[in-house]
Amino acid sequence: MIRSNYLYVFFAAFIAIAPVFFPESVITIVNYAGLFGLVSIGLILLTGIGGMTSFGQAAFVGVGAYTSAYLCTVSQWSPWIALLVGVAIAVLIALILGSLTLKLAGHYLPLSTIAWGLSLYYLAGNLQFLGGHSGISAVPSISFFGIAIDSGRSFTYFVWVSVGIALWLSSNLLNSREGRAIRCLKGGRTMAAAMGVNVPLVKLKVFVLASVLAAVSGWMYVHFQRFVNPTPFGLNYGIEYLFMTVLGGAGFLPGAILGSGIITALREWLVEYLPALVGQNGNYETVVLAVLIIFILHRAPDGLWPLLVKLLKIQETSKFSEANVSTDVLLERKNANHSSGESLLVLEHVSKRFGGLLAVNDVSFKVKAGEILGLIGPNGAGKSTTFNLLSGVNPASTGKVTFLGQDITNLQSYQVAKLGMSRTFQHVQLLPNLTVLENVAIGAYLRCDAGYLKSMLHLERDEESRIISESIRMLKRVGLDKQAYTLAGNLSLGDQRILEIARALCSDPVLLLLDEPAAGLRLKEKEELAKLLQQLRKEGMGVLLVEHDMDFVMGLVDRIVVMEFGEKIAEGLPEEIQNNPVVLEAYLGSVD
Amino acid sequence: MDLTIAALLTQDGVITGAVYALLAMGIVLVFSVTRVIFVPQGDYVAYAALTMAALQAGKTPGVIWLLLILSGMASLMELSSLIRTKSTSKIPKAMGLYLGIPVLLAGATYALASTALPLFFQAVLTLTLVSCMGPLLYRVAYRPVASASVLVLLIISVAVHLAITGLGLILFGAEGSRTTPYSDARFSLGPLQITGQSICVLLATGLAIVALYFFFTHSIRGKALQATAVNRVGSQLMGIRSNEAGSLAFLLSAMIGALSGLLIAPITTIFYDTGFLIGLKGFVAAIVGGLFSYPLAAAGALLVGLMESFSSFWASAFKEVFVFTLILPVLLWRSLRTHHSEEDEE
Amino acid sequence: MKRKSLIALALASLVAMSVQAQVKVGIITGATGPGASLGIPYKNTFTVLPKTLGGEAVQYIIMDDGTDPTNAVKHARKLISEDKVDLIIGSSSVPAATSITDIASELKTPQIALSPVGPAASKNPWVFTIPQPAAIMMGAVADHMKVNNVKNVAYIGFSDAWGDLVLNGLKSHSDAAGIKIVAEERYGRNDTSVAGQILKILSTNPDAVVVGGSGTPGALPHVTLAERGYKGKVYHNHGVINKDFLRVGGKNIEGGFAPTGPVMVAEQLPDSNPTKKASLEFTKAYEGAFGAGTRNAFAAYSYDAYLLANSAVAEAAKKAKAGTPEFRQALRDALERTKNVNGTHAVYNMTTTDHAGVDSRARVLVVIENGDWKLVK
Repeated sequence: MIRSNYLYVFFAAFIAIAPVFFPESVITIVNYAGLFGLVSIGLILLTGIGGMTSFGQAAFVGVGAYTSAYLCTVSQWSPWIALLVGVAIAVLIALILGSLTLKLAGHYLPLSTIAWGLSLYYLAGNLQFLGGHSGISAVPSISFFGIAIDSGRSFTYFVWVSVGIALWLSSNLLNSREGRAIRCLKGGRTMAAAMGVNVPLVKLKVFVLASVLAAVSGWMYVHFQRFVNPTPFGLNYGIEYLFMTVLGGAGFLPGAILGSGIITALREWLVEYLPALVGQNGNYETVVLAVLIIFILHRAPDGLWPLLVKLLKIQETSKFSEANVSTDVLLERKNANHSSGESLLVLEHVSKRFGGLLAVNDVSFKVKAGEILGLIGPNGAGKSTTFNLLSGVNPASTGKVTFLGQDITNLQSYQVAKLGMSRTFQHVQLLPNLTVLENVAIGAYLRCDAGYLKSMLHLERDEESRIISESIRMLKRVGLDKQAYTLAGNLSLGDQRILEIARALCSDPVLLLLDEPAAGLRLKEKEELAKLLQQLRKEGMGVLLVEHDMDFVMGLVDRIVVMEFGEKIAEGLPEEIQNNPVVLEAYLGSVD
Repeated sequence: MDLTIAALLTQDGVITGAVYALLAMGIVLVFSVTRVIFVPQGDYVAYAALTMAALQAGKTPGVIWLLLILSGMASLMELSSLIRTKSTSKIPKAMGLYLGIPVLLAGATYALASTALPLFFQAVLTLTLVSCMGPLLYRVAYRPVASASVLVLLIISVAVHLAITGLGLILFGAEGSRTTPYSDARFSLGPLQITGQSICVLLATGLAIVALYFFFTHSIRGKALQATAVNRVGSQLMGIRSNEAGSLAFLLSAMIGALSGLLIAPITTIFYDTGFLIGLKGFVAAIVGGLFSYPLAAAGALLVGLMESFSSFWASAFKEVFVFTLILPVLLWRSLRTHHSEEDEE
Repeated sequence: MKRKSLIALALASLVAMSVQAQVKVGIITGATGPGASLGIPYKNTFTVLPKTLGGEAVQYIIMDDGTDPTNAVKHARKLISEDKVDLIIGSSSVPAATSITDIASELKTPQIALSPVGPAASKNPWVFTIPQPAAIMMGAVADHMKVNNVKNVAYIGFSDAWGDLVLNGLKSHSDAAGIKIVAEERYGRNDTSVAGQILKILSTNPDAVVVGGSGTPGALPHVTLAERGYKGKVYHNHGVINKDFLRVGGKNIEGGFAPTGPVMVAEQLPDSNPTKKASLEFTKAYEGAFGAGTRNAFAAYSYDAYLLANSAVAEAAKKAKAGTPEFRQALRDALERTKNVNGTHAVYNMTTTDHAGVDSRARVLVVIENGDWKLVK
């Protein structure tokens, strides 16, 4: 059992003493591993965690490198000013490219990264003022408070301190509120939007962040290499960075260093020793490297870092260890109370069409504060579709939806969440690799506002501990507090559904939408859930409930709306509905 | 630009587009069955072309060494996995497939290489040799991790491509080759000179598109193959053997790749690393088709070919910039038209 | 020094090189990657050289940079700082060779470049260039064009540093030769078709076309021109001079001209030509190992690097011991004082201001006749 912190300290010590004791070849490996590692960190955020595969990071490296090379040789500026300019240009390009291409879904996105990566590469080679294909040489080295960083050994410290800073900032970011939002990008986008996350904006921010890291790496590269030409910014390197990220472990920040270190080291050693083994007749280094990578990926498809964690039994220090959490700090309540009976949600003649299919047809009803409304109907009646159009996931084709007096018919999911609506999902949507507590904390996204800068600099700790204590409070309410530190993926399905409710509650909603919350729950759990919902009703929350379990519904709700084939066929008190012939026919079929 | 030049450029663009279309077919085929984005598809083209050139020059094509290495690795892997699962009865058949066929082929090629075979036999031999690479690559590189994420499979594809290209340099040398055309016929259509060779290319591409389209959308076997990609366990429960499906897909795509190589080799010089860039353009076309539609992929390929031709006329230094920048609006359009659910992505 | 593991030491000693090697030379070429077709022959020469250099035992350490300047710099640093080489020879592609020059001057080790380097780098006191400057080579082309009344010239070259180089070389003579460049097209090394570019060129009706490719891809524009029935003159450059280029071009490139070092047509030269002896020696050594007809311009450049180093080391060894900074300085000075070294491509005379050291004896014009190079008298 090794604590991960010890591992990091050990590694830092290695880097610190390496320039003193090791020969040039090792220093070279260490330096380039650092340079490439910086880019890989960005890729871990972007691809590994954010789910956006990018082959184009090399182009941003080029932006940083060329800007600085040009400004320092032609205009004689200081490299530090050139760094700022290079990063600014990279950010600008990332904003433009990102807003155009990040909305591409699925496989279109990686291809678009190849496309603009190649475009930038060929552009650089053809612009004569950038030296064309021959490049720019005689680039000066960086001076840090008077010390020229021009030897391999001094560069080691320079690069690796930067890598360390980048890792620290990224790690802080990932463990903050915005970090949780980023983690939702892969497999939890709809859920994140329902919790108030502006998903396209988050994608753009991560993309820009990755481009900044790449540009900084490029800047360092050019002042170490003292020469730049388009070759390091082409597709080959774009692919290489992705190699390093996946090999090291795309979902884990240490993977960036592991991947870049191993591949850089392998390359150097192969070039040096392989010819001695197999002769000078051919160059087998690339072949052997490729075969090795395939071999490693066969054994460790998630990358080397998880493998290392397993082998060395590395224990990550939990950010939310029980000792740190206090439950007396309060998170501000967001939403004012509403008087009982006030209309929260109003649907007026709402319809939803999918091509030729009319899934929801002219449906109208209201949900009031302090009431639980049940929405029932046979399978395929259009209940989930109605939910989705209420919460902005899939807006209505015609009709009007009003929430707290505001027209939300065409609002997006996260905007609706901001107004005070929260929901759970028919198919559970959570992040299985985070703990139960962290999943619930996602619900609190809208209740605080620490942005990227504050999070990276670890300045939002106060707010974060409030979020944690609120999340624990929610977990206590639903009875899951004993499992707070279990990985969410390890819970039973029933518990996962309860977790979703806790998460929704954590956003302090005015209206709660529950999609089949009782499915998969045992009798006792259903009773607890019913008690919870009754408590929420007493507190003035409105609840809209889709359910199939009639016992659960009838004993709990105040009113019922029945749908069949997309239409509302009945509305009223539970007793009325139970005896309504139209409803009975819909569920049981008619006699004739 | 006058009409003559436009016609000539269109002709050039269509031929190039046809080759990209064949590659796109192969890529879509492999992806729709195995979820592997097969980057080395273009390398089949290079290998086939250079193998054909070697046979025509009376030399032993270097590809037999790759086949032997792959065959050895595949046989060992298959043997050990069959022993581990105690299905020793399957060993003879597996060895026959993974060891017997490649060794026989390699041996036959070695023996026949110096004799002057007729053109047709050379082509068939080349086709067979390169097609064998497909299932062997699948067994060695992909089957052990068949259920990994698309990203990991993509990285493995890139690694396979690097290995094949690196070996290509060693086996075939750094210099390129052309092969003798199958037909020296030339027709004149107005200002255009149409060679028999280019007609072959267009015919073959057209046939391939039609055949693949019907196979995958209208035949049970084809749909069964696609089921494997959508849900591996589910399709296995339905009795579809996913490993066989994968092997078949790789075999087909290798055949398509080899065919492309044979078709393009007389038209232009092919090098050991030509495969990457044309494979990339085929990939672009495949993406335009959403990685599932053959007709759309063919249309995408045509578009890329034409864009290339015309931009190389207008501003040859920036040709690649044009092609790759102009593809972005097309991608945007395709992406907005396709409905994506969260489950598509991982 | 605290060094690599025991395995490495064992490997190093397995290598059949003299453990007592006194002079160490680091060779960096692009034997893989886009420039492989040039990098491999450049490298090959070093495997057939004698075991002594300038009278001293020599160890050649050959590394591949994959036609990537990042790797070239990495290898150069390692060779100089760790292996303590006295001389760096390389690299084979323009960007890679240029990237090494800064390291050479930073770490004070002489470099003999196997490819032309960028303009700033050519002023570097530690760098000496073997391949003839493009201006000299294209001068032969320009002269021929002037004699043959060529007025309009179209250019099509690689989209890379080599394409830039050849074009600039041509441009430096255009005024004197009275030629006008009416088209400037580019193509990629791996392109399968240059139809668009050729159509554009044909529409300008040039008297001659200059092709700025290298290796076998250099044949593509000429083949396309022939297929489209172009009847004017086609000139290549000194980067296509090998057997495979002739093979790939076939009948379509008959009649094409190219400037080259005299080595390629050594047998056709008069005995009085100063490069003939070295060229025949080189051809014998190279073709003996790699087969008849394998001689090419690139391997010959490497041989010239060897000849230059040979004479310089002999001189430097008198002043200092190999492996010391003083030796490297002495070697640099000796290289700068090179006088009348008869190479295969040229007679080399270096001065403080001229580190290429070649003159018009370094080029001849050849024409492709019956699938082989024939000297144009």
